[in-house]
Amino acid sequence: MTTATPRSGPVPGPSGPKPAPPPGRQGSQPGSSPAQQAPVQAVPGLRFDRVPMTGAQSLVRSLEEVGCEVVFGIPGGTILPAYDPLLDSTRVRHVLVRHEQGAGHAATGYAQATGKVGVCMATSGPGATNLVTPVADAYMDSVPIVAITGQQTRALIGTDAFQEADITGITMPVTKHNTLVTDAAEIPRAIAEAFHLASTGRPGPVLVDIPKDVLQERTTFSWPPELQLPGYRPTTRPHGKQIREAAKLISSAQRPVLYVGGGVLKAEASPELLELAELTGIPVVTTLMARGVFPDSHRQHVGMPGMHGTVTAVAAMQESDLLVALGARFDDRVTGHLASFAPDAAVVHADIDPAEISKNRRADVPIVGDAKEVIAELIDALRTERAERGHTDLTAWWSRLDGLRSTYPLGYDWPADGSLSPEYVIERIGQIAGPDAVYVAGVGQHQMWAAQFVRYEKPRTWLNSGGLGTMGYAVPAAMGAKMGLPEGVVWAIDGDGCFQMTNQELATCALEGIPIKVAVINNGNLGMIRQWQTLFYSERYSQSDLGTHKHRIPDFLLLAEAMGCVGLRAESKDEVDKVIQQAMEINDRPVVIDFVVGADAQVWPMVAAGTGNSEIMAARNIRPLFDTDEIVADDAGTGSVAAEAMRQGEES
Amino acid sequence: MIQRHTLSVLVEDKPGVLARISGLFSRRGFNIESLAVGPTEHPDISRMTIVVAVDDFPLEQVTKQLNKLIHVIKIVELEPAASVQRELLLVKVRADPGVRSQVLEIVNLFRAKAVDVTPEALTIEATGTADKLSALLKNLEPFGIREMVQSGMVAVGRGPRSITAAAAIR
Repeated sequence: MTTATPRSGPVPGPSGPKPAPPPGRQGSQPGSSPAQQAPVQAVPGLRFDRVPMTGAQSLVRSLEEVGCEVVFGIPGGTILPAYDPLLDSTRVRHVLVRHEQGAGHAATGYAQATGKVGVCMATSGPGATNLVTPVADAYMDSVPIVAITGQQTRALIGTDAFQEADITGITMPVTKHNTLVTDAAEIPRAIAEAFHLASTGRPGPVLVDIPKDVLQERTTFSWPPELQLPGYRPTTRPHGKQIREAAKLISSAQRPVLYVGGGVLKAEASPELLELAELTGIPVVTTLMARGVFPDSHRQHVGMPGMHGTVTAVAAMQESDLLVALGARFDDRVTGHLASFAPDAAVVHADIDPAEISKNRRADVPIVGDAKEVIAELIDALRTERAERGHTDLTAWWSRLDGLRSTYPLGYDWPADGSLSPEYVIERIGQIAGPDAVYVAGVGQHQMWAAQFVRYEKPRTWLNSGGLGTMGYAVPAAMGAKMGLPEGVVWAIDGDGCFQMTNQELATCALEGIPIKVAVINNGNLGMIRQWQTLFYSERYSQSDLGTHKHRIPDFLLLAEAMGCVGLRAESKDEVDKVIQQAMEINDRPVVIDFVVGADAQVWPMVAAGTGNSEIMAARNIRPLFDTDEIVADDAGTGSVAAEAMRQGEES
Repeated sequence: MIQRHTLSVLVEDKPGVLARISGLFSRRGFNIESLAVGPTEHPDISRMTIVVAVDDFPLEQVTKQLNKLIHVIKIVELEPAASVQRELLLVKVRADPGVRSQVLEIVNLFRAKAVDVTPEALTIEATGTADKLSALLKNLEPFGIREMVQSGMVAVGRGPRSITAAAAIR
């Protein structure tokens, strides 16, 4: 290539919109785990032997054969050859996003909502680097996505050519695997391997980088290709001895807790989890990544653990004598200060990724395996164990937890200044849209409230950026989720800060017919930052006021209308239900509701960063587990817990 | 207690595999003391010998994280007592005719070899364990070391068993 090509150049070939219906869920078996799906072939038995075509055509054919229904992306110079055959594909729909970050999060949202592999596509250089954030996000949350990037021609690689970036080097630490394809004949295998790696074992993002001249070169297409992954053998079947060991501990524990993480959701193991919980009567906590995998309405569910978890869930783990961790990874946001986390608990840790076991907390019984198989085998072993040796009575444990549950339920106060309560808004959305809707949050206060005050009953109805904490995740991820579930109701619950990072995808939603609903919880501030400044920085509000209240810039209602969406606004309690109902009735366009809420609402309970979980504050300066005799009253706003957090260096 | 561990890592011979491995060590906060890469009897497989100084517990993390790299086929820890471990040293020592015989005496004592000689200097090749090579260097130091280069350690387990036997890697 001798001339600079514009990043978003015109697509050659006939123009005009392609009449592609939104893909449905055909082909996906309800309850089937991605690990169990045939990774290579969408149409079993269909074989192709050395069909002549270009590399670009081979790429599109491979995507079709691997079962990819939708690609989120933006064309540019080096990926342009791939966009030509994409125009003719009747099996792969392309959604033209406005920013590559949107493409990446949309692929993630699609994958999290459906369990299938999400696909995004971008050009080389800036297109590829704009994918880095969503790829890192998918890596932290173990989401199966495949990112396809164009690359400069082979001869120009390494010369600092126009729009050249070493994207395989850049994404090495944030992908499960990546590859640079240097031969067009390798394209089908590279794509098949990428889908296989992304969706099996511990899922994760895989990036395939393809130079422009490889896409242009004449080659042949053969399918199915042979996977060549000698170093990749994920263990899904747990070790029988470990299972029996775990069953022994579980039936003899006095204060056991099932600590359930996102791995259970990814393994589609909700039915098995329910059976295990009901067989044993053990309390269940569901992490931020696992909300919905166990019904919130179930008596044994004691809430979300961690920094903003329920007092009962946090206390259950702190006072436990046995943590049964299933697909969870003892993240610092769950454990708080690690050395003082669950000090009396033995640990059974089951995960498909052996590297997670004993990474943060030493496991007494390590179990490597897929959560679905692990739980199923645990159930069998427990039935035997209980029949032979009986089991402990958990009445005392439950009376302790029930006491905490009734004393410290999740709750919120209405703002003293009479403004709208953000928690109320989120609670009402959850009640009106119900447990079948999908809720997609950004990152910050609204995310925590959405995790706390929406009742989740089903897996894959709660999507968020847990590990990386990516502000701006909600709108594009909701777009992806809605593409995957065209019949479903998808609500993005976003903050005014997050919303301003990625709302350009509303234009995509409006044009491509993806009617998502967006609730902007507009408190005029970077709310979680403001909360920390209130608690830990003497109410010095440095750079956290976004002006969305004071100046109403931007005006979210006008912004929504400008993007081809319906814009609504609610500023008082009596308007809330009305606008939510209105939004529920609009299905031909995206809807954005500007909920103007109080700026001073805070997320409680809270374990301050760097402190132990026993110091959890149910509300400001109320520490139910730490100093029950003495309710700390410290009006200065920097109580002893806060001071401790400051001393430990603000590990936010 | 921090200890040195020797890992033999079999990897697919693919572009970037060294970067994947060294990058993993640095981003997970582990320090590589020495690293040597070379071919094996299988054309598609390279072998790395990595010496890392960590506790036993973080070592488990290192190997588990390494195993997650798709191009890593197998990892074996080689115990010093049950393996042969060697490094290669080339050292250029000031050795005018007045002291040359003394230098050569040391070379012979260590079963090293003089591989280049000029009126002012002698270049010595030595192989051995890290301890032996450092003892050699200590003895050569008084004469004046002009330049030296040392390889990473390579190691192989003692006995007839092979970690690269076809059954073990496929």
